[in-house]
Amino acid sequence: MADYRLMKGNEVIAEAAIRYGCDGYFGYPITPQSEIMETLMLRKPWEETGMVVLQAESEIAAINMVYGGAACGKKVMTSSSSPGISLKQEGITYIAGAELPCLIVNVVRGGPGLGTIQPAQSDYFQAVKGGGHGDYRLIVLAPASVQEMNDFVGLGFDLAFKYRNPVMILSDGVIGQMMEKVQLGEFKPRWTNEQIIKMYGSWATTGKTPDRKHNIITSLELDSSRQEKFNHKLIEKYKVISENEVRFEEIACEDAEYLFIAYGSSSRICQKAIEIARAKGIKVGLLRPITLFPYPTKKIQSMLSKIKGILAVEMSAGQMVEDVRLAVEGKVPVQHFGRLGGMIPTPNEVVHALEEQIIKGK
Amino acid sequence: MADIKEIMKPENLVYGKSKVLTDNVMSYCPGCTHGVVHKLIAEVIEEMDIQEKTIGICPVGCSVLAYNFLDIDWQQAAHGRAPAVATAVSRLKPEKIVFAYQGDGDLASIGTAEIIHACNRGENIVVIFINNGIYGMTGGQMAPTTLEGMPTSTSPYGRDIKLAGHPLRITELIAQLPGTTFVTRQSAHTPAAVRKCKKAIRKAFDNVEGKKGTSFIEVVSTCSSGWKLSPVKSNEWMVEHMFPFYKLGDLKDE
Ligand SMILES: Cc1ncc(C[n+]2csc(CCOP(=O)(O)OP(=O)(O)O)c2C)c(N)n1
Repeated sequence: MADYRLMKGNEVIAEAAIRYGCDGYFGYPITPQSEIMETLMLRKPWEETGMVVLQAESEIAAINMVYGGAACGKKVMTSSSSPGISLKQEGITYIAGAELPCLIVNVVRGGPGLGTIQPAQSDYFQAVKGGGHGDYRLIVLAPASVQEMNDFVGLGFDLAFKYRNPVMILSDGVIGQMMEKVQLGEFKPRWTNEQIIKMYGSWATTGKTPDRKHNIITSLELDSSRQEKFNHKLIEKYKVISENEVRFEEIACEDAEYLFIAYGSSSRICQKAIEIARAKGIKVGLLRPITLFPYPTKKIQSMLSKIKGILAVEMSAGQMVEDVRLAVEGKVPVQHFGRLGGMIPTPNEVVHALEEQIIKGK
Repeated sequence: MADIKEIMKPENLVYGKSKVLTDNVMSYCPGCTHGVVHKLIAEVIEEMDIQEKTIGICPVGCSVLAYNFLDIDWQQAAHGRAPAVATAVSRLKPEKIVFAYQGDGDLASIGTAEIIHACNRGENIVVIFINNGIYGMTGGQMAPTTLEGMPTSTSPYGRDIKLAGHPLRITELIAQLPGTTFVTRQSAHTPAAVRKCKKAIRKAFDNVEGKKGTSFIEVVSTCSSGWKLSPVKSNEWMVEHMFPFYKLGDLKDE
C-alpha cells in the first residue's frame, strides 16, 4: 500500500535515506537543514537497518567521513547549507578525484559569508561549475517539491554508483522547510558486504584478499602525463553523463511565445506566474531543469524557433542565466529576474518582470 | 670458500622482508624514520595474519605514497583528515582493523580538530603519528612541533616563541581524552628502540582487534633532509634535543 505522509522536505531526506538502504550519514548542524540529522537521530536507524548516523565535529570532518565510507563501497551521504557546503569543498573535490559515489544535500541559504538563514539559490555556480579546485563536475539534482526531495535520494545514489561520481541535491530553504504530501518509498535492504564485494570489489577498500591486488583510493598522480590521461577519462565520463542524464520538466510550453526557465522553488513561483500571465493573455510556459549538471542545453535550443524571449528566474544575482545564455547563443533575448538575500519573489513580481524586461524589452 | 648457494638456505635465514611489504622502492630519504615504521607495521600485520582485515588511511605528507609500500587496501586522505576518514571506515566496517598514519603537520596543525575528536569519541582505530618536527614533504617548513630555536625554511632564524608560539606536545593532550586506551611515545633510532616501537604497534593493533578504543603511537622521528643533517647526525640531534622535550614512554595504558 502506498505510504503517504505530510512531511517537511528536510525530514523526507532523512526518511528516504533510511528507506533506500543508506549505510551512513555524517553531518554538522546548520539552519535551514538541521532537521535532516535531527530526524535521523530520532528515528535511530542503527537499530532498524544498521545505518550509521554521526554528528561530526565539523563539515570538514563530515565530508571526509563520507570519503572514507564511500571508499568502502558504502552508500553514504552528508547534508548541509551554504556556509557548510563551502567548508566541504576540499573533500568534495577529493571525492570527485578519487571517483567515489556519494550523496551531498545542500539546502541553500543566502550569502555571501554567514549571510542569512532564509532561502536562496545563490550556490548554483558552486554546485554546477566546480566549487572546489580542479576540473571536475558534480551531478546536480534540483528538487522542486517535497516529493522530489524523497525521490532524488534514491535517484542520487543510483547515479552516484552508476558513474562513480558525487551527486548533489541542490535544494533551498523553501523546499527544505515546507510541508507537503509525499509518497514515501518502499524499504530497500542495505547491501551486504558480499554484495558490495561483488559489485564494487574491483575498486572499493573491502580488505585485500589473495585473489586480487590491493585497492588504493587516491586522487594523487605525480606523473603529469598520467594525470592528464585521468583528466580526459573524467571529461569522457561527464560527456556520457551529459548525453544520458539530462532531466527537465515542461509546463504550458505547447503554445508558449515566452519562456520562464527556473529550477527548484523559483519554478514553483513561476507556475503561479504562468496562471496570472495567461489570464492577461500572455502565452508563457516554463522549462524547469531538474538536472543542473548536466544542463538541458539541447532542450532549450530545440525550443528557440517558437520563443520570443526568455526570463530566467532564480533567487540569485544571476547565475543559472549564464547557462541559458550559453544555450541560446544570442538568438532570442534572455533576461534574469531574481530576489536576493533570502527574499522570495512573488508571482506578480515575476509577471511584471516578464512584461517589462522581455515583452516591452526594457 | 663456501658457495653462496650453500649459505642461502631457509634454515639459515635470520631476517627477511615482510610479505606485507611490496617490492616498490621506497621514496623516503636515507635515514628517514617513515620507512622503518612502515616495515614495523607490515611485520605486525603479517604476524597477526590480518592483511585481509586491515585498512590503512595515509595522509598528505611524505607518507602520502605509503599505499605503494604496504600490500593492503588503502585510502589516501586529505591533509589532516585521516582520523575522520578512519572514523567512517571503522564505523561502517567494524570487522576491519583500521589505522591512520599521519605526520606532525598533518596531525598536530591542520588536522588538530579531527584527531582530538576521533580520539575523544574513542574510535576503534590505531593512530601512528610520525613527529619529525618539520614539514618534510613541502621542503622543511616549520611544524607545530618544531622546537624553540630550531631553524626551518619558514623560521630561518630559529623558531621564535613570541612569533610562532610553543611547540605542541599533542600526545600529552591526547592522553587526557577518555576515548584513548593506549597512548605512547616511541622512537626508532636504535635496534632496541625499533624493537620497543614494534611492541607498541603490536599492542595498538591488538587493542583494535579487542575493540578497546583509540590507540595512539607517536614516533619521535628524524628528517635528515629537512633538518639538513646527515642521518647519523640527525639521530644524535634528535636524542640531544627532541627527547628532552618529547619524553619517550607510555603516557597511558589501560
Ligand atoms: C590543504 C593543504 N594544505 C597544504 C598542503 C601542502 N602540504 C603537503 S605535505 C605538507 C606538510 C606535511 O608535513 P608533515 O605532516 O609533518 O609530514 P612529513 O612530510 O614531515 O612526513 C603540506 C603543508 C596540502 N597538500 N593540502
